[in-house]
Amino acid sequence: FPPGKASMRECEYSQISTRSSTPMETPYKKRTPKRKKWETFPGRNKFYCDGRIMMAKQTGVFYLTLVLILVTCGLFFTFDCPFLAQQLTPIIPVLGGALFLFVLGTLLRTSFSDPGVLPRATPDEAADLERQIDVANGTKGYRPPPRTKEVVINGQTVKLKYCFTCKIFRPPRASHCSLCDNCVERFDHHCPWVGNCVGRRNYRFFYMFILSLSFLTIFIFAFLTGTVVVCFFSVWSIVGLSGFHTYLISSNQTTNEDIKGSWSSKRGKDNYNPYSSGNIFTNCCVALCGPLPPSLIDKRGFIEADAPQMAPLTNGITMYGATQSQQSHMCDQDQCIQSTKFVLQAATTPLLQQRSSEPVIITSSPENGTSLPARASLTLGGPCSSLPLGQPTPPTSTPSLSCHEATDMLPIHGHSLNHTHPLQEQAALHHYLTPEEVPSPPGMLHCGSPLGHSHTVQTSFYNPASQDSLHEDSVRGLVKLSSV
Amino acid sequence: MAETHSLQDMRQQAAVAAKVFIQRDYSNGTMCQFQTKFPSELETKIDKQQFEETIRTLNNLYAEAEKLGSQSFIEGCLACLTAYTVFLCMETHYEKVLKKIAKYIQEQNDKIYAPRGLLLTDPIERGLRVIEITIYEDRSFSR
Repeated sequence: FPPGKASMRECEYSQISTRSSTPMETPYKKRTPKRKKWETFPGRNKFYCDGRIMMAKQTGVFYLTLVLILVTCGLFFTFDCPFLAQQLTPIIPVLGGALFLFVLGTLLRTSFSDPGVLPRATPDEAADLERQIDVANGTKGYRPPPRTKEVVINGQTVKLKYCFTCKIFRPPRASHCSLCDNCVERFDHHCPWVGNCVGRRNYRFFYMFILSLSFLTIFIFAFLTGTVVVCFFSVWSIVGLSGFHTYLISSNQTTNEDIKGSWSSKRGKDNYNPYSSGNIFTNCCVALCGPLPPSLIDKRGFIEADAPQMAPLTNGITMYGATQSQQSHMCDQDQCIQSTKFVLQAATTPLLQQRSSEPVIITSSPENGTSLPARASLTLGGPCSSLPLGQPTPPTSTPSLSCHEATDMLPIHGHSLNHTHPLQEQAALHHYLTPEEVPSPPGMLHCGSPLGHSHTVQTSFYNPASQDSLHEDSVRGLVKLSSV
Repeated sequence: MAETHSLQDMRQQAAVAAKVFIQRDYSNGTMCQFQTKFPSELETKIDKQQFEETIRTLNNLYAEAEKLGSQSFIEGCLACLTAYTVFLCMETHYEKVLKKIAKYIQEQNDKIYAPRGLLLTDPIERGLRVIEITIYEDRSFSR
């Protein structure tokens, strides 16, 4: 799997158009050309250079950062350096130049790399988890309140929250970014200045960026006594930020944890950070020199041809094009449930696709250029009459599950209403699904969970785009309800 | 548009009986480790010892990938000095171990799991969340 590095030299903006068939296709596969996984990525991210570059949706502030740095340094090198080189030493521009290149390199690296996005669960996994949870809760009908799992890490009890959008239990220290609509490992914060989330994979680049930027600004302004007052604040804010992150690194905390006070002793006498090794030097080494994990989302891999194709929509909601597979003949309970589920989805999909004039429908933006494939024909025997909502299966491992309110989740993609059951035979349809192709099935909005974030540094969840998508979700949910 | 002859390999469609997911074990922190608990669906298919051995080896390999050893430390420092451009030409330590893991899984599948009608999916294809074990039905393949 490709490492997904940002290769600036090979940059070309690729059109998102159909590709010619690759030699990997066999005669049995359909003739639609293979597309790469980044083209159907469910999060709210922008991709460039054929998936090598990954950024958040809002990149305006990033360009501002770039301009500020380039202009300031440009002015310094043009006007001050010749003077300084003569009067003092030519080492100054050289050092300044090296520092400038380092700043730029780390900035681009931070902005363009995958922060550690966790791919969404495949339908099989999601179904398996649902089954375990439903067995533990014994619920039927409406979706139960948000779920958590408790885990003991180094003697400290940590709650793992279930992410409704990504359909996974988030690993410890992971968090869901509402702006990018992704779960990110070791989530620090979403930084608009770099136009990306800061997480496990790019935290060290981010830290190096702000550290080197501090040195660069101090370096530049050390020689400009006249403008010190004006630039004092910007210098100090960057230096202050570097200092803050140095503290975070040495105590092995994320910005998220620090702001929430997760490991603060104020929460309890026995509260401590289970991830810290206790030693400042070790913590720094781990954060800055530890092995760099690879990207989990395989942006540039090819989508397997028999997986359902889904078009990513501009605000990140993916619409589930109906699967193309036919059902097998055996009508055992699981098969029936699955068949019915797909009939419902298939029935609603063409409905939604055809009414393109409705404001409810999200059509792909030209930049995506993908069309929603209408593969809605399923060959089925009629669906079974009974749709049992609970499936008694022997619980495999049932961790202690308790229900809590979701305070830092984004339940914009509610649960699909026809979430009946997890099944055994759906593998036929989902055999090669990769995590990116899992739909966030729009459905009823999850009742009772507060929308918006209370504790994180992320900006407010309510922006116009999300309002529209909420509306769309609820309409879709109603359409589905009516077709039941 | 009905893709009636789309890839449904008769074999895949008819033969998959179930999928078992081995979840992550977070009791040691955020390190990539999988639970060694033997799932009940596999009781009739494979030896418990064998299964645990596979999972334990995988856990050790992942621990090796994430270990802060001298090699990764040097790699980290070198990368920092070159403003991380060195990663454009060099493979990271983690990636090297992931290749090892892929090979191990392939080998296990060929020797142990496939003859029993099972298939291990490399966790990296599932975002390192689960080890997916597909159970195939015991049935002759028809075309």
